[in-house]
Amino acid sequence: MSGGIGLALRQVHYENRAFWRNPAAAFFTFVFPLMFMVIFNVLFGGLGRGSSSASQFYTPTLIVFSVITATFTNIAMSVTMARDEGVLKRVRGTPLPAWAFLAGRVLHAILIAALLVMIISAFGAILYQVRFPWERLPAVVATLAVGAATFSSLGLALTGVIPNGDAAPAVVNATILPLEFISNIFIDMRQAPGWLNSVSEIFPVRHFADAMLALWNPTTAGSGFAPGDLLVIAGWGVAGLLLALRFFSWEPRIS
Amino acid sequence: MRGIDFSVRAGEVFALLGPNGAGKTTTVEILEGYRRRDAGLVNVLGHDPARHERDFRERIGLVLQSTGIQHYLTVRETVSLYAGYYPRPRDVDEVIELADLTESRDRRVGQLSGGQRRRVDLAVALAGDPELLFLDEPTTGFDPSARRQAWEIVQGLARLGKTILLTTHFMDEAQVLADRVAVIAGGKIVAEGPPDTIGQRGRGVTTVRFSLPDGSELPARFGARTTEAGYELDIHSATRALHELTSWALSADVELLGLEVLRPSLEDAYLELTGSGER
Repeated sequence: MSGGIGLALRQVHYENRAFWRNPAAAFFTFVFPLMFMVIFNVLFGGLGRGSSSASQFYTPTLIVFSVITATFTNIAMSVTMARDEGVLKRVRGTPLPAWAFLAGRVLHAILIAALLVMIISAFGAILYQVRFPWERLPAVVATLAVGAATFSSLGLALTGVIPNGDAAPAVVNATILPLEFISNIFIDMRQAPGWLNSVSEIFPVRHFADAMLALWNPTTAGSGFAPGDLLVIAGWGVAGLLLALRFFSWEPRIS
Repeated sequence: MRGIDFSVRAGEVFALLGPNGAGKTTTVEILEGYRRRDAGLVNVLGHDPARHERDFRERIGLVLQSTGIQHYLTVRETVSLYAGYYPRPRDVDEVIELADLTESRDRRVGQLSGGQRRRVDLAVALAGDPELLFLDEPTTGFDPSARRQAWEIVQGLARLGKTILLTTHFMDEAQVLADRVAVIAGGKIVAEGPPDTIGQRGRGVTTVRFSLPDGSELPARFGARTTEAGYELDIHSATRALHELTSWALSADVELLGLEVLRPSLEDAYLELTGSGER
């Protein structure tokens, strides 16, 4: 096991090296959420949201969006591609423990997510004077950690239903984008009908966004921990892990 | 597969030869641990591959039919990444040299040609210094010179004492590389042995082919078949039969046109054994 952790960290190192050698992909991974931030602030900057402004809303929600993209979207797509190109099958034939390979992928995704969190927080602070909630740092870190872990495990689980690499972008977007639209990420859900709010509260995206919105809200009292939201998010994470263990495949599904 | 039985000795190059769809890859994937057998006993290096044990995988190297490699790492980085998975890897530069990739060692895998990438497959398989190497159709899609090159690499590995299990649908490949060959067709082994003894070759049947000028006839005592092009004669002792034939031709003052002596090739034997021949 301890040797396995070393191997997993070594995977992270090589994953990272490969990641930065595709500069276009790396560039847009980071620029994409910032573009959204500027666009939403231009579109909705004039509208207040109670005590908070549009930038107060979009800083935490676009952090959530970035974490989901860096973990769920990225893992589901890259692991499916790797599977269909036969990379997973090749790795399976080596002594590298399967979990160490996947842990390397997930840890690298989480590293990128952490970098995005810092960039967006800084961007929000500098451009829109949105204060980072330092006094609630433990809750911020815990919420981000639970969210990143959950959406990583859901990304791995989703590969089990993606039939092939060509279908990966369509399946991934169709599963996550509608949820992002109804979960306080792009659009403030207070104007939405009650039933739609009830639907969105079933899913982890909504709870991740609500927990983060509360943390960034200056009127929130106390440490900012939202155990209810964290529990729902973690529950989805455990379910994702079980589904991944059951349906994950190392063999290409097309040849 | 419908019940096959074979064993490969340590240090031997063994080829599974057969047409596409004969069951070569299925067989190899059972031995590698990728597939489960429905029945029967499999023992590879003292392990049952189906149990997917780590110490078994530490001792084997695999070149699968189609496997991807990360495009953005260089050849050298790729080989060191894989070498790190094994307890006693072979020196990375030595592996690169063995796979004939020294000149492209610092190029990214994505920039390599198909043939070079196939050699990266081989280098990755060699990274852990395996005792047993599985090569599943290692030269499919190669041009003739790349195939020769790949053969030299495999022959070099055989000289290092590696045990190699090779699958191929190229007769010449099996003939050049293998110490022993098993011909697979329709899920069964239809012949097994050193390449020279497969099929009729062991029995030494030789065919003599020729034609005669118009107006000449071959005496019936030779027992020749007539074909569109002339005559064909199956013989066991080439020296005697040719002597009789040429003596007759000289005394009758007849030219044996287009005289050919043909040892049946492995290809003929193969086509006959696998039932895909036309004759």
